[in-house]
Amino acid sequence: MSETILVAKYRRYIRNRLLFIVLVIAGIAVTGVIAIASGAAGIGFREVLSVFFAEPDHATLQIVMQIRMPRLLAALLAGFALSASGAVMQSILRNPLASPFTLGISGAAAFGAAFAIVVLGAGSTADLTTAFNDTTASNRAGLLSQLGGRYLVMVSAFLWSMTSTFFILAIARYRGVTPEVMVLAGIAIGSLFSAGVSAMQYLATEAELAAIVFWMFGDLGRASWQEVSILALVMIPVWLFFTMMSWNYKALQSGDEYAQSLGVNPFRIRLYGMLVASLATAVVVSFYGIIAFVGLVVPHIVRRFIGGEETFLIPAAALFGALFLLLSDTVARTLFSPVILPVGILTSFIGAPLFLFLLLRGLGKSYWN
Amino acid sequence: MHITLRNITFCYEKDPVLIGISAEIDRGELVAMVGPNGSGKSTLIKCINGILTVREGNVLIDGTSLQSISSVERARKMAYVPQNEHKSVPVKVFDAVLLGRKPYIQWRPSRSDYDRTAEVLRRLDLEDVAMREVHKLSGGQQQRVFIARALNQEPDILLLDEPTANLDLKYQMEILKLLRDLSCDGITVVIALHDINMASLFASRVVMLKDGSVFASGGSEILTAENVEQLFGVKVSVVHESSTRFIIPDRI
Repeated sequence: MSETILVAKYRRYIRNRLLFIVLVIAGIAVTGVIAIASGAAGIGFREVLSVFFAEPDHATLQIVMQIRMPRLLAALLAGFALSASGAVMQSILRNPLASPFTLGISGAAAFGAAFAIVVLGAGSTADLTTAFNDTTASNRAGLLSQLGGRYLVMVSAFLWSMTSTFFILAIARYRGVTPEVMVLAGIAIGSLFSAGVSAMQYLATEAELAAIVFWMFGDLGRASWQEVSILALVMIPVWLFFTMMSWNYKALQSGDEYAQSLGVNPFRIRLYGMLVASLATAVVVSFYGIIAFVGLVVPHIVRRFIGGEETFLIPAAALFGALFLLLSDTVARTLFSPVILPVGILTSFIGAPLFLFLLLRGLGKSYWN
Repeated sequence: MHITLRNITFCYEKDPVLIGISAEIDRGELVAMVGPNGSGKSTLIKCINGILTVREGNVLIDGTSLQSISSVERARKMAYVPQNEHKSVPVKVFDAVLLGRKPYIQWRPSRSDYDRTAEVLRRLDLEDVAMREVHKLSGGQQQRVFIARALNQEPDILLLDEPTANLDLKYQMEILKLLRDLSCDGITVVIALHDINMASLFASRVVMLKDGSVFASGGSEILTAENVEQLFGVKVSVVHESSTRFIIPDRI
């Protein structure tokens, strides 16, 4: 076999992985169209087309541009961020259970939100009661958006989740930047914060308790252009960073010592990787609440299709995560329409059976030793 | 490339593992480090590579101190084959060997990185398994994959930690013969090796390590019954067979 034939063979193999990515992008396009054209307002495909190609009436324009578009983009960006972060964390920590959720970063955000609601008084009781008494289905999901302290909740959630990240990184710096130390520190800090959330819930008034619980159901109904633009601005450099680092992550897979012999500093790569992945997660979680499952399982689903090579895994997982969250959110919006379920509930309901199916079918068997 | 070890001392926490090791290793030599478990063979290999930073002393590569060479530049000069590699996710042979190009890759591999990888795979007779997963290969093939990956760094120095551990006799011979061929091509090869008979058979020089110091160094003639006995604490006899020394443990 000549070299060129071998290289051609390898390129064909790469093309198959690229094909998966192209299929996912096509999936996003199709789901995006369906998502835009479905919803409680009775605005269908034709009306949506009029927004882009004809003179739409005011209400249609408002609904499509102010509600459905930001929600669609929020689903894509949040899915993208969570899955990319999950894939990166699993790689640099060499642990299949690593994810923003299991490492306590979402838990810390939940604590931050609860802290803002209960201690900082984000959303006065009066506001909350008004909102709470008005419990029609559509308002229930949007309860938090009516709160005065919505931004305070977001900022507090963000700051606390970054605090927990810095805490994990500080422990790692002290005890050694090894996967074991970071995973265990993450789990310990995660349970500390979940105890904190419980304490807050115990201390909270009825209305505050409701606000905490609603916040914790990850919900893209809170999406507005403002958050979507911030998220996009964060994700562009994050994405560039992950792309630039993917060969380093690949080197880490073969062990720290080997990575060092390739000129890679495993400790620095791991610290910065965790920091950036946590930042992306913290932004998503503080905007939209806890969307479980995506960051943990989407990378595993993608590995079953295209293998574990970081250079392909990270982009593919990010895009598949975007598709997956958009799909989940579209189902969440339409399943019991006009009642809209928080997408955080749906992700596990859709993702777990899909993952179990792949597991039972043995697709890509023994992909993690 | 020439390696100079100047009075190297290394400690894990407070326990000294290497104490005042000095040696000169010439270009194209095949040096086998032998010694009992815990004598510091693996540690010394890692110190030469710069994975571990020496406490005292200096490692010089062609007269330049290791510390003054950037980590990427170092990775282009020296390649390391770890003893056992735990891969968490399965990887295709081609991808595994392509990783050796890391010191030359910025964003993505270039055409020449692919071509070189294919060339190395051909040279190590791994073409037929190039698209298979590494962990599904035989032990000997896996070791060849790791050596191929190291050669893909285009190194002048190749450092291997127990490359024949867990291999049957045929594969041990095959790997050591490969390493001898590489040293004949001018690559300096340093191996931590368990098997003193293999060291006698293949190495151009044997370095005997005991308790972190050089006990003896030289050609296979230093593998005398007395030396081996002092090193391992086992009574042995030396048998000469067509100008090669073989060490046979005495019946207990």
